[in-house]
Amino acid sequence: MRAIVLSGILTLWAAWVSAFEVEDRAVFGPEAAGDTIKVISTADIAYFEPMIRSFLDRAPGLRVDYTVASSSELMKAIQDERQSFDLAISSAMDLQTKLANDGLAQQHFSDVTRSLPRWATWNDMVFAFTQEPAAIVLSRAAFADLPIPRSRQDLIQLLRQNPERFRGRIGTYDVRISGLGYLFATQDTRASETFWRLTEVMGALGARLYCCSSDMIEDVERGDLAIAYNVLSSYAVTRADTDRFHIVLPQDFTTVMLRSLLIPVTAQNRDGAARFADHILSPSFGPEASPLAGVDLTALQAESTLHRIRLGPGLLVFLDQFKKRSFLAEWQSAIVQ
Amino acid sequence: MRFLLIEDSEALASAVVERLHLDGHVVDHAGDLATAWDYVATTDYDLILLDIMLPDGDGRSFLERHRSADASTPVIVLTARSEVSDRVGLLDLGADDYMVKPIDFSELEARCRAVLRRRGGEARNLITLGNLGFDSLAGTLKIGGETVQLRTRELRLFEVFINAPGQIFSKSALVDRLFSYDEDPSENAIEVYVGRLRRRLAGSDVGITTVRGLGYKLEQT
Amino acid sequence: MSAPARQDPVSQGSIRRRLLLVQLAGAAALAVLLYFVVLSVTRQVAQQSQDNVLAASALSILGSARVSGGEIVIDLPYSALSMLDSVTDERVFYAIWLGDEFLSGYQDLPRPQRPGEAQPAFLEAAFLGAQVRIAAVERPFSTDLGNEQLSVSVAQTLTGRDQTMARISRVALGVGAGFFALSAVLALIVAQSTIRPLNRLTGAVSRRGPRDLRPVSAPVPSEMVPLVASLNSFMKRLETSLSRSEDFIAEAAHRVRTPLAIVRTQAEIVQRRVRDEDTRNAVREMIHAVDESSRTAGQLLDHAMVVFRLDDLACEPVDLPALVRETVSQVGVLSEMRDIDLILGRMEDAVVEGDAILLQNALRNLLDNAIKYCPPLAEVTVSVRNDGNEICLQVSDTGPGFPEGGKRRLVQRFSRGDNVSGVVGSGLGLTIVEDVTVAHGGRFTIDNNDGGGACARLFFPAS
Repeated sequence: MRAIVLSGILTLWAAWVSAFEVEDRAVFGPEAAGDTIKVISTADIAYFEPMIRSFLDRAPGLRVDYTVASSSELMKAIQDERQSFDLAISSAMDLQTKLANDGLAQQHFSDVTRSLPRWATWNDMVFAFTQEPAAIVLSRAAFADLPIPRSRQDLIQLLRQNPERFRGRIGTYDVRISGLGYLFATQDTRASETFWRLTEVMGALGARLYCCSSDMIEDVERGDLAIAYNVLSSYAVTRADTDRFHIVLPQDFTTVMLRSLLIPVTAQNRDGAARFADHILSPSFGPEASPLAGVDLTALQAESTLHRIRLGPGLLVFLDQFKKRSFLAEWQSAIVQ
Repeated sequence: MRFLLIEDSEALASAVVERLHLDGHVVDHAGDLATAWDYVATTDYDLILLDIMLPDGDGRSFLERHRSADASTPVIVLTARSEVSDRVGLLDLGADDYMVKPIDFSELEARCRAVLRRRGGEARNLITLGNLGFDSLAGTLKIGGETVQLRTRELRLFEVFINAPGQIFSKSALVDRLFSYDEDPSENAIEVYVGRLRRRLAGSDVGITTVRGLGYKLEQT
Repeated sequence: MSAPARQDPVSQGSIRRRLLLVQLAGAAALAVLLYFVVLSVTRQVAQQSQDNVLAASALSILGSARVSGGEIVIDLPYSALSMLDSVTDERVFYAIWLGDEFLSGYQDLPRPQRPGEAQPAFLEAAFLGAQVRIAAVERPFSTDLGNEQLSVSVAQTLTGRDQTMARISRVALGVGAGFFALSAVLALIVAQSTIRPLNRLTGAVSRRGPRDLRPVSAPVPSEMVPLVASLNSFMKRLETSLSRSEDFIAEAAHRVRTPLAIVRTQAEIVQRRVRDEDTRNAVREMIHAVDESSRTAGQLLDHAMVVFRLDDLACEPVDLPALVRETVSQVGVLSEMRDIDLILGRMEDAVVEGDAILLQNALRNLLDNAIKYCPPLAEVTVSVRNDGNEICLQVSDTGPGFPEGGKRRLVQRFSRGDNVSGVVGSGLGLTIVEDVTVAHGGRFTIDNNDGGGACARLFFPAS
């Protein structure tokens, strides 16, 4: 008897040791509360806390256990380790889609999901609740005497005309380590050939590669970078010091990432997850929408140049190892010179 | 008058022939249609008496053929059948009249007269006696320029007398001639008719005289 | 215990309904068949179109493979997978194999047997919790290691196909239902038109007069020919049997009357030849008796004929004034013989529905009676009146009139007016008149006129 219990504990311990890497974790709600909704998310606690609080206001007696992990760790937790989470929130659309495609998400139907626009839902499994454009962030100081480029062509021309001014002062995602960067890059190539030209120009000027949008914005703000390409605009506009930089949504096309949620098949509190999902989705669309993104897209740009990344199996193409290998090889040869 | 009697019953035919002889008629008898046609082809008759049931055919076929041959001799059909079913058909086929057997001969005489009158008889049987003219068919007397119409019984009474001028007729003989057998007239009735006839004849050269104990006779004065 | 004289036909089912039922059942069976045929055909089409898209996707992946620097490079086209998701959200899987070596995609995806490049292979299987349709293609591929078969399988969930199938089922159901509705309408029309010749025949036969036993000659559909043939043969037999009855009566009349005629004629001859008063009176009595018996026989036979005709009363419009004129002209000779004036009185237009022969016989009987019982120089007046409501045929005379209160008895067969003596007659005549009148929906009255004389009236409803 004892042996069995001991072996059970050992197994659990082993599972915990080999588990995915947790960046941060917080639990909201009264401790006495019964049901807990376990959320795994790529978004910072600070970013998501208001949403959690407003949900708990409406649903007292629930607790939200919020775990922050990178998108690849999230994938690992759910796909490989089959960790039990009630809700998975991620900006990695490709991985979210893959989770759903591989049968690791549950379908969810409600009045809220039925009211979603067609592009915001896939297979009743993946639901988008933000629209976050990839922006070009420019340092005001660096562009004091230069015209603000409005498109990628403008930017290429500007860099070619002023190579010395921008050498070593351009930042962009290192798509080898950033899933979001890879997503933006691959989607850029789908939309236009200018991405490759821009990458070559940036590579020629010794572009610096980053893991995260926040780091890039930080460096722009500090003056280390003059230009940050493919930055999540939501990270930029929510900062207090937006007067230090310009946020440009390229007019040729603006890639828009959709932050999405899904309910994993491993969910133990499915009802709580569904309620929370509806709470997150309901203010995101419709006439009284207050998108979490904080960027009013319609005010910024005409709908026609918005290039919303489409949820669906097309995203699986770039997860294919052959595809990814050849894409990274090409990117590497363009940027690392 | 000259009759053709077409009748298959020998007994009845001979009786009828004899009876008509008594009234002074000439009668040929045909027992079947074939014989009848032979007679019709060779002799002119004033009237044809036709029985319907015949050994070699229906009297109707005779009627039809007779009419289609455009023959003008009138035909009186003698039938033993029910009136209800036969009559209309017979008249349609062109019979001038019909009688149901047994034959009341006074009725037959009346019908013959009526038929011939209707046909407007070409050979009018006109008799003249003194200043008196008599048309037996029309039943009229002509005295001087005046025409007197006789009623039927007066006419028949006068016919009896004028066919045998001077002959004495007893009252009972006159009753036989004048009344049918289903009537039961007294001999006084004869006196009534004789009286009427005398008034009709007033102004003529002819009169009816009474022969005491014997009867009446017609005399020219 | 007597069988009813007239039995209503026993009806069992209706041809029209049966025809309708059979046709509707046929239509229903066809509609169901149509439903399944449409369903299976369109299902095949839907399946084929799904297979075509899957095959196209697999082929595009297969086409993107090449060797670069000694390595296999597969540049998966974006559209290869996105095209599978374009109409409905579908989960999509793929697997790329080189020989037995797994290259990329989903290693566990079932592989259809023996795919070929020209001939894609298909398979339906469960994969990752969903039913999927799998298409596989392959082609030979040379690498440094030699020739191997490069095979690509692409799979797709069935959401879209199931939706299409559901839509197709609804459409097929609609087609089936529509076909049935149309067939039902057609069946109704066909049943109607099939039954029409039958109705026409029924109409033609039932419109006939009771004496009309001619064979039906109107053309009928071949199926009805045996029926019409039997009907015709039945009518022929009926006609034969009817005419036999008539012939029998006629023959009876002939047999009775001919000997009477002989006797009567001989008697008349004797009467004319004999002078002896006693003999003459005896012969007269004899003739009288012959007349009476012949008249009775005649009326009995007439009555038999009347009853026979009344059984199946003809119903044709009879112009009463014309009938009166004709009858009067025939009886005229008899009235003249007795110096009785037969007068046509007021003649108003009147039409009676019925049997002209019977009506004439009734009038004939009335006139015979009047002539027989009236003294010479009496007047007999016949008139027809029509007030639009009732038609009155009246025979009025100036004779002795009917015996008081004896009308009922008078009409009874064989009774004879008791104030008339010595006149051959029979109450049967009035019985015939009464029977005929009643059969024509009328009534018969006899009264005595105020100024003396009898008045017989026949009342008929005006038509």
